[in-house]
Amino acid sequence: MDALLLSRLQFAAATYFHFLFVPLTLGLSILIAVMETRFARSGDEEYRNMARFWGKIFLINFAIGVVTGITLEFQFGTNWSRYSRYVGDIFGSLLAIEATAAFFLESTFIAVWALTWNRLSAKAHAVTIWLVAFASNLSAVWILTANAWMQHPVGYTIRGGRAELTDFFAVVTQPFAWHTILHTLSGAYILSGMFVMGVSAYHLLRRQHVSFFSRSFRMGTVMALIFSVVAVVHGHVQGSEVAKAQPTKLAAMESLWETKQRAPQHLLVIPDAKGERNRLELGAMPGVLSLLAYHDINATVKGLKDFPKEDRPPVTITFLAFRIMIGLGFLFPVLALWAFWKRNRLLESPRLLKVMLYAIPLPYIASQAGWTVTEVGRQPWVVYGVMRTAEAGSPIAPSQVAVSLTAFVVVYSLLGLAAFYLMARHAKQGPAVDVAAS
Amino acid sequence: MLASVWFVLWGLLWAVYFMLGGFDLGLGIMQPLIARSEGDRRMIGQAMGPYWNGNEVWLIAAGGVTFAAFPTTYAVMFSGLYSALMLILFGLILRGIALEFRNQSRSGAWKSLWDACLMVGSFLPAFLLGVAFANIFQGLPIDQDGVFRGTLWTLLNPYGLLGGLLFLLLFVEHGTLWLAVKTTGALHERAGRWAKGLWWALAATAVGFLIATWYATRLYANYLQNPMLFSVPIVLIPAVTVAALFGIRLFAAKNRWGRAWIASAVTIVGATFFGVIGLYPNMLPSNLNPTYSLTVHNAASSPLTLKIMLVVAVIFVPVVIAYQSWAYKLFHHKVSEEDLAYEEAYGQ
Repeated sequence: MDALLLSRLQFAAATYFHFLFVPLTLGLSILIAVMETRFARSGDEEYRNMARFWGKIFLINFAIGVVTGITLEFQFGTNWSRYSRYVGDIFGSLLAIEATAAFFLESTFIAVWALTWNRLSAKAHAVTIWLVAFASNLSAVWILTANAWMQHPVGYTIRGGRAELTDFFAVVTQPFAWHTILHTLSGAYILSGMFVMGVSAYHLLRRQHVSFFSRSFRMGTVMALIFSVVAVVHGHVQGSEVAKAQPTKLAAMESLWETKQRAPQHLLVIPDAKGERNRLELGAMPGVLSLLAYHDINATVKGLKDFPKEDRPPVTITFLAFRIMIGLGFLFPVLALWAFWKRNRLLESPRLLKVMLYAIPLPYIASQAGWTVTEVGRQPWVVYGVMRTAEAGSPIAPSQVAVSLTAFVVVYSLLGLAAFYLMARHAKQGPAVDVAAS
Repeated sequence: MLASVWFVLWGLLWAVYFMLGGFDLGLGIMQPLIARSEGDRRMIGQAMGPYWNGNEVWLIAAGGVTFAAFPTTYAVMFSGLYSALMLILFGLILRGIALEFRNQSRSGAWKSLWDACLMVGSFLPAFLLGVAFANIFQGLPIDQDGVFRGTLWTLLNPYGLLGGLLFLLLFVEHGTLWLAVKTTGALHERAGRWAKGLWWALAATAVGFLIATWYATRLYANYLQNPMLFSVPIVLIPAVTVAALFGIRLFAAKNRWGRAWIASAVTIVGATFFGVIGLYPNMLPSNLNPTYSLTVHNAASSPLTLKIMLVVAVIFVPVVIAYQSWAYKLFHHKVSEEDLAYEEAYGQ
């Protein structure tokens, strides 16, 4: 295997792993901040206990998110040096701004928050977690802006053998970036809401800490409900944004080979990438794809065959990942609505609780699938239309990358196990303070 | 001009990381040597608990600024030093997780495992950052395309190893002094003794490094060639650094541990600046052919990016310094049984 392929595998492994932990920190920090605010307002100790219980899970995720985030930043230099040299002027500055404007705030106040439960007033302590929540989400905004630039580069010119910034304002205000941000944050909030619901369901099924976990469950439900609806409605808008900005990705997402006017959406498709066709297409709904992509039932959607072969992304992976994300994306508002409807009768709804408990992994799968669509669907480009992935790697020996990739797999697997063990143990244990009696 | 300003800021960010991250790296390395009981180990954890995360962001900022302001330097430095950087990264991962996970379980095996990770994970970055910077001072085998013609073993040459040893000693001295500041009782006494003893090794290595630098690098030649440009730094930086190095010992002898730590901080910043300013205008000198070197001019970003970044830095860095100082003040008290009790109660 060559250094390029190994580097791609390594970056994929490192990013997938990183994003197993990040989304929960984005939403959970907000929920914890709300809990502490309620405590500060009402003096109801249970909210404080909730913040402490969920706070511990948050800290475990945060720790892994931080250490795996550093490796991502440095991998641009170690494994993607040609990319870094070519786009550092724009991409690098977004990462540097993220560190300066957001990550410092997050990392400083997370320690303050974790260590001052008994020292700061309830109000001041709530402020520290709000700062952490704000900074974590701001951090995501900058990183996603950087990613959006790779998907849809704007505000630059090619000069002296590299991309140079010409319009910073265009880079940070482009709609593609804001769609990416809204979509990714919605996904993170769904995941966080459903995580809280699932863990709460575990205890409610056992009828322990009932008030504590009913409140938690309801807070998670509100978050999951709002953002699962946002994700579905807005996902459609984002789809048409992709259609405009990245037509090859759209064609791969739909496994559309021939250019078609009034392009249909099929209920069931089995792509055959080698044969450049679909082995099976069932349940055609004429014009629906045209409508979704261009808001016009008669619009022409360009098929993969009308793009040069070397410009097409891997179809099967992109297509499957997209279907998984969409399928789950439609399931989430249904689940959240069901939970919202039953929110005051949780103990009488064991079936709901069981479903929510087993649904914990689903938003994780959806967000990983979503990133697969985004990143695999962008291929063969590292910066869409500007630089190919094949031109982006570092001039390094494959053996070096083989060793580091192996080390990543081993270390990350062990870390993942340790984190999973700690989280599962803590989640099952429930709150340290016995509130079942109250 | 703008690029030169960023060169100084680039050096400053690395220096601040070495100054802040240095003490928690040093403490991580010294933990098994200084601690004699579980109580000691937890005190040492407490002494860096509130800070290490915020300290490490200075490394992320230093990396980010290298990427943003000097993309070519970032590309060549990070890919060229691939294996060393990967080891540094794995070290940082292990120690970060060790600090957060260690006290999550009461099992002795669990704790010993993370203690070992903390030690190894702190040693690797401390030593290898020294190796990397010494090699940068010395020059790297960079060809005309910016490709690094070497391996990890190329870096482990005598001068590189001496640089690694110097960083290691700077950091363990710095960390031991921090522990002396933050603790009382037997642990404090032991930290003080270690700090006084380690100082001799540090001073001897520093002298050796300064002499070796004359032979191995062009830093002094660069200083002497540009007397106008360097007239201030050439006198000031080495003078302050050497004075601070002796200051550590003087303050330590008087048991003025806070001042000794500040002197140690000045030594670290001074030593970094001595090297970085001596490189100017080079950033990564090539030892194959000086014309292949990456300089402030041929590696910098566009003036627009440098300008925007400067605005961001001018606004946010003072704010960061303000709230980090506030956080340092908030936890300025000596660690005590009370902190351990907090840990029990709040299960941090």
